[in-house]
Amino acid sequence: MTDAAVGHLLRELAPQVLGAVARRHGDFDAAEDAVQEALLAAATQWPAQGVPANPRGWLYHVALRRMTDHVRSEMARRRREDAVATQVWADWAFVPPPDGEVGVDGDDTLVLLFMCCHPALTPPSAIALTLRAVGGLTTAEIASAFLVPEATMAQRISRAKASIKASGVPFAMPTQAERADRLRAVLQVIYLVFNEGYTSSAGADLHRPDLSNEAIRLARAVHALLPDDGEVAGLLALMLLTDARRAARTGPHGELIPLDEQDRGLWNRELIDEGVALVSGALSRGSAGAYQLQAAIAALHDEAPSTEATDWAQIHALYGLLRRMSDNPMAALSHAISAAMVHGPAVGLEMVAALDADPRIAGHYRLDAVRGHLHQMAGDPERAIAHYRAAARRTASIPERDYLLTKAARLAMGQAEPKAESKASPGE
Amino acid sequence: MKFLLMMNAPYGQAGDHDIFSWPQEAVEAHVEYWNTLNRELKEAGEFVGVHALTPPKQAHIVRAGADGLPAITDGPFPETKEFLAGFWTVDVESAGRAHQIAAKASAAPGPDGEPLFIPIEVRQVMSAPASDQA
Repeated sequence: MTDAAVGHLLRELAPQVLGAVARRHGDFDAAEDAVQEALLAAATQWPAQGVPANPRGWLYHVALRRMTDHVRSEMARRRREDAVATQVWADWAFVPPPDGEVGVDGDDTLVLLFMCCHPALTPPSAIALTLRAVGGLTTAEIASAFLVPEATMAQRISRAKASIKASGVPFAMPTQAERADRLRAVLQVIYLVFNEGYTSSAGADLHRPDLSNEAIRLARAVHALLPDDGEVAGLLALMLLTDARRAARTGPHGELIPLDEQDRGLWNRELIDEGVALVSGALSRGSAGAYQLQAAIAALHDEAPSTEATDWAQIHALYGLLRRMSDNPMAALSHAISAAMVHGPAVGLEMVAALDADPRIAGHYRLDAVRGHLHQMAGDPERAIAHYRAAARRTASIPERDYLLTKAARLAMGQAEPKAESKASPGE
Repeated sequence: MKFLLMMNAPYGQAGDHDIFSWPQEAVEAHVEYWNTLNRELKEAGEFVGVHALTPPKQAHIVRAGADGLPAITDGPFPETKEFLAGFWTVDVESAGRAHQIAAKASAAPGPDGEPLFIPIEVRQVMSAPASDQA
């Protein structure tokens, strides 16, 4: 096996082995060190000597032996230092596995994910820990993905581990009653990672990992473990169907190209087909969740040959369902856009106006962006310009600000000199 | 979310930082305050960077000259009441947390050991994900 193939295999096995060792010993930090050593041993031995028949078992046993060595030497040190602590340490170190089982299975990856995405952690901590422990990224890679110094990311990860330890959460599969909540937290963390991948940053960095791909990889792993869960399938489908538009959604300088102006020939058919199949399969099993509905909406966009030929009535109905299900003001805003596409901009604007009373979204730039769009649709450039500019002032995304300002400037120019449409602007 | 925290200091005598004329203990307490704040930010996993700037006396204003070459004016600039003394970049979970950090920076001790209540300008760094759906 080549070094690269071994590396790929190790990356897949690492979270499973880490989950198993941490589950047996209850100490995440020490387990991580032991697994690191086992991985290092495998990376040096396997390419030359061949991959063992049961690579997962090999890693697990090497890690376990390291863990035991570590515990023994700690015990010896402690015996010298503090006779009382020795007993505590020994009790802690040799807790038998809950049901006497030994070995590694897919559940260990799930246990690890459930732990990393524990609701006691803040989203940034959960994201960092998940990418490190389950995604197998190095601290340096995660730091560069979030554009912070490596020491800062290392600190964030070790604090996350410390708060898990302090919370006393057992390192085990959550009870059936807790599972739905915990899975929701896992999916939310994965989706946050995916969206973070769409953050613009000046200057591409070859060593900066692609967070959207990482999120898709994580979702694939969860889907493989829980193939019958509709929301897991829904999230994976939603990300595939969004990612399918990646090549078309930005111009050569990173400028944002909205859905209705994208070159649909650049969309990735393979990802669209996979996403559509996933979401159709999930929906046919009944009880649609929020991710499945969003995936179904993305599928309708991705399958349409143009904005005009998009099935807006169907999208409008799906946003209506989503709204009833999740009471999410962003869903309500999208519902207003689809209403405008079906019933005209006046209806959409009325629905947007109702959102001004919702403190969760009132004053959000996206309300102004949508108002700008709907006023433009209604043939009121003056109001459209004012709202586009208001939105540009408040967004924290550079490509979005540039897009909104350009929209406003184009409309303003059209108003001043109606026939100067093709006049070149600087930079063109 | 990343924020830039800009510390604006009053324009000191003859274009120096005020601290140049403080007693030793006040200088030490002041420096220790920044060290502690920076260490806390690092331990919290929120630190991105910090830069202290040389006094305004050392500053130059540069404009393009008629020939495109830099045309340079030296400081100090007596019309300026406040100037940028330094800035942090922090990566935090909310604007509220950035405001907390700014308040802490604002309370750095002055020549008499009392908080200076330095004005800190807090600005969000543009780095949010963009969406292609309206």
